Amino acid sequence: MNPTRSAVAYLDHAATTSVYPEVAEVMIRLLGTVGNASSLHGAGRAARRVVEESRETIAAALNARPTEVVFTSGGTESDNLALKGLYLSRRNADSRRTRILSTAVEHHAVLDPLQWLQDASGADVELLPVDEEGRLEVSAVGTAIERAPEAVALISVMLANNEVGTLQPLDAVVALASRYGIPVHTDAIQAVGQIPVDFAKAGVDAMTITGHKIGGPGGVGALLLRRDLSPVPLLHGGGQEREVRSGTYDVPAIAGFAAAAELAVKGQPERAPYLAELRDRLIGGVIDAVPDAQLNGARGDGRLPGNAHLSFAGCEGDSLLMLLDAQGIECSTGSACSAGVPQASHVLLAMGRDDAMARASLRFSLGHTSVPGDVERLLAAIGPAVQRARAAGSAATKSSA
Amino acid sequence: MSGGVDSAVAAARAVDAGHDVTGVHLALSRQPASYRSGARGCCTIEDSNDARRAADVIGIPFYVWDLSERFHSDVVEDFVAEYAAGRTPNPCLRCNERIKFAAVLDKAMALGFDAVATGHYAVLEAAPDGSVELHRSADVGKDQSYVLGVLTQDQLAHSLFPLGVSPKDQVRAEAAERGLAVAAKPDSHDICFIADGDTAGWLRERLGSAPGDIVDASGEVLAQHDGTFGFTVGQRRGLRLARPAADGQPRYVLDVEPVSRRVTVGRREDLRVDRIVATSPRWCGEPPVGELRCTVQLRAHGEELLATATVRQRNDAEPSVVIELLQPASGVAHGQAAVLYLGTRVVGSGTITSTSAATAATQPTCQMLSDL
Repeated sequence: MNPTRSAVAYLDHAATTSVYPEVAEVMIRLLGTVGNASSLHGAGRAARRVVEESRETIAAALNARPTEVVFTSGGTESDNLALKGLYLSRRNADSRRTRILSTAVEHHAVLDPLQWLQDASGADVELLPVDEEGRLEVSAVGTAIERAPEAVALISVMLANNEVGTLQPLDAVVALASRYGIPVHTDAIQAVGQIPVDFAKAGVDAMTITGHKIGGPGGVGALLLRRDLSPVPLLHGGGQEREVRSGTYDVPAIAGFAAAAELAVKGQPERAPYLAELRDRLIGGVIDAVPDAQLNGARGDGRLPGNAHLSFAGCEGDSLLMLLDAQGIECSTGSACSAGVPQASHVLLAMGRDDAMARASLRFSLGHTSVPGDVERLLAAIGPAVQRARAAGSAATKSSA
Repeated sequence: MSGGVDSAVAAARAVDAGHDVTGVHLALSRQPASYRSGARGCCTIEDSNDARRAADVIGIPFYVWDLSERFHSDVVEDFVAEYAAGRTPNPCLRCNERIKFAAVLDKAMALGFDAVATGHYAVLEAAPDGSVELHRSADVGKDQSYVLGVLTQDQLAHSLFPLGVSPKDQVRAEAAERGLAVAAKPDSHDICFIADGDTAGWLRERLGSAPGDIVDASGEVLAQHDGTFGFTVGQRRGLRLARPAADGQPRYVLDVEPVSRRVTVGRREDLRVDRIVATSPRWCGEPPVGELRCTVQLRAHGEELLATATVRQRNDAEPSVVIELLQPASGVAHGQAAVLYLGTRVVGSGTITSTSAATAATQPTCQMLSDL
């Protein structure tokens, strides 16, 4: 049950994806150099130059200005900085602003800071409903804002859902928010490299991106942040990033992140239709093999090209994952784990699935190294695996002797 | 894999024996923090991580299986109900019967596995007729055949106990040699789902305070208690009797009566029992026919007593086992398992539901255990 890596079909690119060889090359080269980017001597200036060029590269790839790129340790920090920082600065400026609007299907890196703000800082968090494909209901946004627009500190709506791949109507949200000057944050982690992402055109005030989902290293990300916004910092110290974020720059990681962003965005127009075709082959093939499998999330262009998310009634997702893993097919139950125990996905529950169906689901996600053979491996294995997982599901639930 | 040293070494030995092994840790609580933490436990996130690291070192895949609902309904609720009925259950036996060698085994078999291997100290031997026999471990101090006495032939045929004949210190030494970080982890003990070890307090939270009388054999009230669940037959400590007995001897719990909430105490000799009826019998192989001369163990790590056992089947009623002790036992609690042995071999078990003392004292026979 220990397949060699070469025999593995990796279908979990939404969890993390392979580092581009070019990225590894840049990073290895920089790991051999010395220099703190905040130092004033030659080595420091050289390091600083790498950081600033990386900032420019990322800004260019996502149509932001270089000063709008705030480097962080990754997506979770960027989300925390945007939500806590912007909420606190907006409320400090006007104590009536205690409302935060978001969606029921956000990543835990958004939901948990919101919960914390509610518990610790008296924020009034409203998680707006989604339809059965996981798409935010725009009318609910309008209604929620109108209830007390002057009290809304912040709106946060993800660009694309990390579990079911559904794209969110961010443009409509921005249009509604802009009437009242309410800042909008979006978590765009899953979108970069999969669909076009344009910070300026999106009209949002803050956007979370991260390195390891786009072929860069882990432990580095950024918050794209409009220049006129000054969130309360999470990390106080040297004030390296616009006094909004402190910490010594990880120069090789930042350079790797920038190289990945450039490659991911440059390759996106060609990659997206290729991945969409593979995805549709995957979805169609799984449903051929398991006719009662149900696709979760939006159809066609309404979802990320690399995301397929399916429910297999009567299966435990983790049993199915184990059976596929044993054959070298790697995917995800797509939901958060607590001590390794899969919980029913809050996203699927928000979409109206019941607990059993939510736990009977798997996410297959494609990325820049995906090949048709990966999908064919899955299609050859999924039918028998589902059969077996169903037998195990009924064995586990049958009444005890 | 609990995260302890025994299951880690068992997994490593199963790999060495040529099996295709997958490590499974059982999540038994939806709130892992509420279970016993750290070194004493087997069910916390820390234990889960220890099990994962052991699987890494051994080089096997590792998964966590969520059995929390089954564990709650089959083990925890049963534990509470048994105490509420005045009995003293053994949740480890129940867990083996319903979870480890039932829910886990059934799921594993359905997923394509052939057996469940655990770190129990017990020995499986092939019998001449092709069946599997369960025997005591060579390490008498660690022997866990008692808590496995509920396993049927079908369950035993799909079980592996790779620690078998090894003494515990050898298992620890082997863990260290194999580079397993859990080599020096202390043994778990007590009840895994009672975080602070305070069973009476834990039961009081669930059953509520239910005060009653502590009486002597004549019915005289000696003290009050706040719930019969705090008492087990044979218990001497914690009675908090204001007055000493007339004869100055310590007093023991003789009987727990949950309906009248009456706890009866008396002399040590009043605890003597030489006849036991056990119900819900479980046989490791074929049920014994006629009167079986055997030994019986009446509690975990308890002594082995000479006995005869006879299966009693009345029409459609549940069969029961009548156990006549050739050496009297002291302080036998209802709800515990009576596990029958022939030499080192486990024959089967039943749940103790009634006990009595013969009118005339039985002379202990002088037969050697090794003759059986």
